[in-house]
Amino acid sequence: MSAQTTDEELVVHLKKVQTGPSPKRRVGVGVALLLVGVFSALVLATTGSRRTATFGFNTGGALHIPDVTFPQAPFCVTVGVLIAVAGAYHAARGFTPRVLRAVGSVAGVLFLLSFLAWAGTGGRTVQLTSLLQQGLFLAAPLVLGAMGGILCERSGVINVAIEGQMLAGAFAGALLGTVGGLAAGIVGAVIVGGLMGLLLAVFAIKFLVNQVILGVVLNVLALGLTGFLFDAIMANDSNGTNNPGFFGPVKIPLLGDIPVVGPVIFNQNYIVYAMYVIVLVIDVALLRTRWGLRTRAVGEHPQAADTVGINVLRLRYQNVVMGGCVAGLAGALLTIGSVGAFNKNITSGQGFIALAAVIFGRWTPRGALGAALLFGFAGALQSVLSFLNTPLQINASLLGMLPYLVTIFAVAGLVGRVRAPAADGEPYVKGSS
Amino acid sequence: MSEPAPQVVPPADNQQDEAPQGGQRFSVREIFRSDHPALVTILAIFAAVVIGSLLIVVSDEPTRAAASYFTAAPMDTLSAAWHAVSGAYVALFQGSILNPSSLSSGSLTTILGPISETIVSATPLILAGLSVTLAFRAGLFNIGAQGQILVAAIFAGYVGFSWHLPVVLHVIVAIIAGVVGGAIWAGIAGVLKAKTGAHEVITTIMLNYVALGLIQFLLSVHGFQAKPYTQAIATPVDGTARYPHLLGDSLRANTSFLIAIAATIGVAWLLRRSTFGFRVRAVGANQDAARTAGISISRVYIGVMLLVGALAGLAGSAQVLGTQPQVTADIDAGIGFDAITVALLGRGSASGTFWAGMLFGALRAGSVQLLASTSTPADLVQVLQALIVLFIAAPGLVRLIFRLRATDGGDSAVLAKGWNG
Repeated sequence: MSAQTTDEELVVHLKKVQTGPSPKRRVGVGVALLLVGVFSALVLATTGSRRTATFGFNTGGALHIPDVTFPQAPFCVTVGVLIAVAGAYHAARGFTPRVLRAVGSVAGVLFLLSFLAWAGTGGRTVQLTSLLQQGLFLAAPLVLGAMGGILCERSGVINVAIEGQMLAGAFAGALLGTVGGLAAGIVGAVIVGGLMGLLLAVFAIKFLVNQVILGVVLNVLALGLTGFLFDAIMANDSNGTNNPGFFGPVKIPLLGDIPVVGPVIFNQNYIVYAMYVIVLVIDVALLRTRWGLRTRAVGEHPQAADTVGINVLRLRYQNVVMGGCVAGLAGALLTIGSVGAFNKNITSGQGFIALAAVIFGRWTPRGALGAALLFGFAGALQSVLSFLNTPLQINASLLGMLPYLVTIFAVAGLVGRVRAPAADGEPYVKGSS
Repeated sequence: MSEPAPQVVPPADNQQDEAPQGGQRFSVREIFRSDHPALVTILAIFAAVVIGSLLIVVSDEPTRAAASYFTAAPMDTLSAAWHAVSGAYVALFQGSILNPSSLSSGSLTTILGPISETIVSATPLILAGLSVTLAFRAGLFNIGAQGQILVAAIFAGYVGFSWHLPVVLHVIVAIIAGVVGGAIWAGIAGVLKAKTGAHEVITTIMLNYVALGLIQFLLSVHGFQAKPYTQAIATPVDGTARYPHLLGDSLRANTSFLIAIAATIGVAWLLRRSTFGFRVRAVGANQDAARTAGISISRVYIGVMLLVGALAGLAGSAQVLGTQPQVTADIDAGIGFDAITVALLGRGSASGTFWAGMLFGALRAGSVQLLASTSTPADLVQVLQALIVLFIAAPGLVRLIFRLRATDGGDSAVLAKGWNG
């Protein structure tokens, strides 16, 4: 593509490449959307057990919003037609990738509302605000865990050990939170998470251990160590060692009174507020600061970064340890951020879900945030639906599979071939190539 | 960890390979110069045991009590520490290999008991470990052994309790059902990887959770769930569908161990001698080169994942038709994840995986005795496993600790690829 190219065909060819996915995939995605729309318009609209659905919006805000009751079938039909039209358009003409992402998100939210309207026809009110609140709460550890993964991976070190870092942070949070108060618990969780990150960094960067292997082993180590220490220290004296209490929700004075948004976003605990700041800082820093530019350079092409004088290894050490700290904080959310006690394997795979959010979100803070929120809301949906009299009784275990199935479909269909930072997982040895 | 001096470890019997050079100027230094995998393995196990001992000492209540007056009577602390450490490792040995007190009773059953338990724990670990090993060799990372084992258990268990077939046929059909179930589950990830490029790490993790949801759902369905319908347990598998016992009816060891041995030989043959194995290794070593040479990457991915699932399926059927003949939601018993460490310890070879599975099986069996007879938490075993693999994965660290001289190019082979591999 040098500057003197005048060949018009080549220019046309370049434009084609930029329009995005292959026709086959475009039609596939379009038809899938179309089917979702048809499902909403036909199945959901006709199987509702009563004529109306009720959505509630209140969790104790100052402003009272009355419940909204509306006819369910027309709503589901409208939503279904909208989604189907979008799908048909995409199959026929194709949206640009950017528009498709927006359309896809809107379609997802609409379909969810349509589904909730169907589920809410059993006579009980669907509490939207508490659904969102709980979704954010469940998503928070995943968001923080994913941020820990991104910090690490953008500088070129794969972090499969998010799970172990979270687990270590959860343990330290509970233990130190009991011994020295909740603030000590937070500090301890961050430090211990950082130490787990340091372990990852030393083995990956100094001893050149394969990073995927390393992550798995560190997870086993964290699981074993916390289990061992739990039995040795906590099990016999749970009052003195595993009773830290927990951060309750703290309402921010004015913002917390905004209807719907207020109770959802501004009535959470301190760690969730810290999460907002962390996500914002990482997003801005990664894209707009010198550190971010260097991190991305080291993650994509360490040799080039080295050539211009960036200390590749030092930056990697810093980022991996920082990532561990953030993941440790994520672990603290599970103990002193919610239940107020540590239990063996309390993370139960959430670190892996966070890892999936990193990959799903294409290694960007915003993408990972979106993916983690999706998982969180899916979890909340599962528990909300079990309270409702849905027209067809859906088994809770089957519903629980939903987020994972969505991820599989999304990874296979929407995200397709994800590309990690080019040097992710490649150890850097000065002068090797 | 810098204290243990080299001469503490006498791995003489593993040094046969190095014997020729010893002819000229044989010295202790010469032995420790090598990066012989067996040497690194033994030193790694030794280092893990040392760290494990520190953990035991630190967590042991009597030792901590004695340490509070350490300056007054230091021997008390040391003897308490020695008591705790030796007690733990003796319990591990007694639970997994031999309990000397059983010798006096003289009955063969009690003498062979620990060995039987080791075999029982090792069998599914070996099979699932082989599954992960095979995936590694193709450059794939199978985190999904758990899900594959669960689905296999569903299939094999269902055939085991709901079909009523003649004696020998029943167990064979049930095993085949398990193999098919595992292959389907891993095959999904393989097809998605081959056709859409969906990363197998995500899909296999997600399929684990889907399998768990599936098994929980089935355990609430009448017909699958056992009769009083009060517990999430399936109907027990028929006697005709169970693996026959290996060491007499009073011991749990069963013939699934023979299948594990056969599978080890099969995987070794596959990787070393068969055309498909060559393709697998080619794709695993360098995808682009393999594609250039005309190997269909997607076909290899799908084929490997089917085989991987079949092996994990054998592990699942060993569980549900042998060890614990009843489908439950925790029939996996953490084998899916331990299989990854087993495969890593086995360094990508079938026989290595077999012995790694035996070692971890012994540790698992010993942990029962550890829990029963000492105050050391049984999770010690998991810490030991992780440390062993960690040290083995980092030969450089082992050399550093034991002050070994480096030789060129002896570092471990690449087993797993990164995200872009």
